[in-house]
Amino acid sequence: MTAVATDVAAPDARKAGRWLYITSVVLLCAWVIVPLYFLLINTLSAPEDVQSYPKAFFPAFDMGSLSFFVTFNGMIDALLNSIMVAGLTMILSIAVGAPAGYALSRFDFPGKELFRLLILLNRAFPLPLLALPLAVMFIRTGLDDTIIGLALVHTTLAIPFAVLITFSLFSGIPMELEEAAWTLGCTRLTAFTKVVLPLILPGIAASAIFAFVISWNEVFAAAVLTIENRTLTAFLLVKLSEAPIHLKFAGGFILVLPALIFIFAVRKYLFAMWGIANR
Amino acid sequence: MNARFLPYVLIAPVTFFLCVFFLYPFVLVANQAFTVDGGYTMENFREVVSDWKFPISLQNTLLLAAAVVPVQLALALLMATMVNRMQKGRDLILYVWTIPLGISDLAAGIIWLAIFEQSGFLNSMLDAVGVIDKPANLLTCQNPWIVFLAIALAEIWRATAIMLVILVAGIGLIPKEYYEAAEVFGASKWKQFLRITLPLLRPSLQTALVLRVILAFEIFAVVAALGGTLFPVLMSETYAYQFDLLNSGAAAAMALIILGISIAATLVILRALRVPKGATI
Repeated sequence: MTAVATDVAAPDARKAGRWLYITSVVLLCAWVIVPLYFLLINTLSAPEDVQSYPKAFFPAFDMGSLSFFVTFNGMIDALLNSIMVAGLTMILSIAVGAPAGYALSRFDFPGKELFRLLILLNRAFPLPLLALPLAVMFIRTGLDDTIIGLALVHTTLAIPFAVLITFSLFSGIPMELEEAAWTLGCTRLTAFTKVVLPLILPGIAASAIFAFVISWNEVFAAAVLTIENRTLTAFLLVKLSEAPIHLKFAGGFILVLPALIFIFAVRKYLFAMWGIANR
Repeated sequence: MNARFLPYVLIAPVTFFLCVFFLYPFVLVANQAFTVDGGYTMENFREVVSDWKFPISLQNTLLLAAAVVPVQLALALLMATMVNRMQKGRDLILYVWTIPLGISDLAAGIIWLAIFEQSGFLNSMLDAVGVIDKPANLLTCQNPWIVFLAIALAEIWRATAIMLVILVAGIGLIPKEYYEAAEVFGASKWKQFLRITLPLLRPSLQTALVLRVILAFEIFAVVAALGGTLFPVLMSETYAYQFDLLNSGAAAAMALIILGISIAATLVILRALRVPKGATI
């Protein structure tokens, strides 16, 4: 829609349209933010206030619920497990996915379409379901109930995104830059590390963060594959029926917090992975 | 290194990974679903399908998808076109609207639990307005529709963002010249949306719908947080077979049923929104 709209409508109608537009933008923002604000109020209330009625609509800034959360048996371990699994997933999915993204953007090779099909299949498949047979496989190999085992599964979840994001990032850097470096005496490898890598690093960081979020949020596979070393999502899921309600809210808040920061950090790159990549 | 082999070296790690952690377990789960005590049979499928909970959980899952996905599509289209004509504050608004993208289904369930629980914010608001005088327990088996509504709202709240991102990226790829030409011929904004945006957005709509519908059939943690056992869905039944009943054959059969429904839905969407051959932007 261009700015040079030649509206023939009366100014009144246009003004009304403008108001309608602004109001709906504000309403849609509120639709996203208000539920988060409610969670914040509950998290920052004393445990006994969480069950009180009617609710206050402003946070009391009481740290009772959060400190109960921190001291709850096993919670800190679960939090640490979550961070470690997500960190490992982040490293693995970039280390494994980025070379493939580079190959897709730079080379035409027989089997390329088949490879892309494999990636798309993986993205369009209810992957957590595979956690069930993997659980059996892991018990045989001794990977069951370990951080590494779960990180491997989460990497499988994150790989299609890592490949597609790095593919569109590498496609954005002209081949000529690399070729120029070759004529100046660089090998393929040094041309990559000295020319392409510095340009692409922020994008790589963004897709790494995206992999972190995927792992951080995953519930089903985490619940299936861990028993003693539960991640935060798996721990909360198991405790849903028995835990006091303020523990759920504090846990939910801790789950949401990194997401807010991460989405802010990667907001520029969110569109890269769907724009070029899905055609 | 030889440039002919380099691409294969580069894709080898991903291929290895996907074979070990995607294709191989898939074969295992399929195998497990069709075997009982070492013999090939349909017994697992017969068992899960004849369970009294199966029709209910299937119906719940399909109803939820049917209620949630169209609303999300309409909302995402509305948001994407709104963002597109925005001049000031586009980045901020887009950030706010994509926040739920980073929020897990479990956290979303907990957030909406804060609203719908007995001493929650919905009751408090109704109280403040004076509609009710004592808090009603909303999420019980007496109010199946409120449980359904709460789950649907939580899903719409959480998962519209992924569609929004795909559609905004897609709209960005449509050349501005088409709209300028439409202006010249006097097409209204609504006409432009119907005749330019929607048809040219078809590949993105395809991607968005396929992804969302598949995820809608996998709904699990939102239901666990809000409905518990009140609202059985296919995925929660799978979980129950695996852990409460320790029947992994039945769980594998359930997994394959969910997969079958997902594939059927994907094919329907791909067919309905197919892009005519040779028609590209």
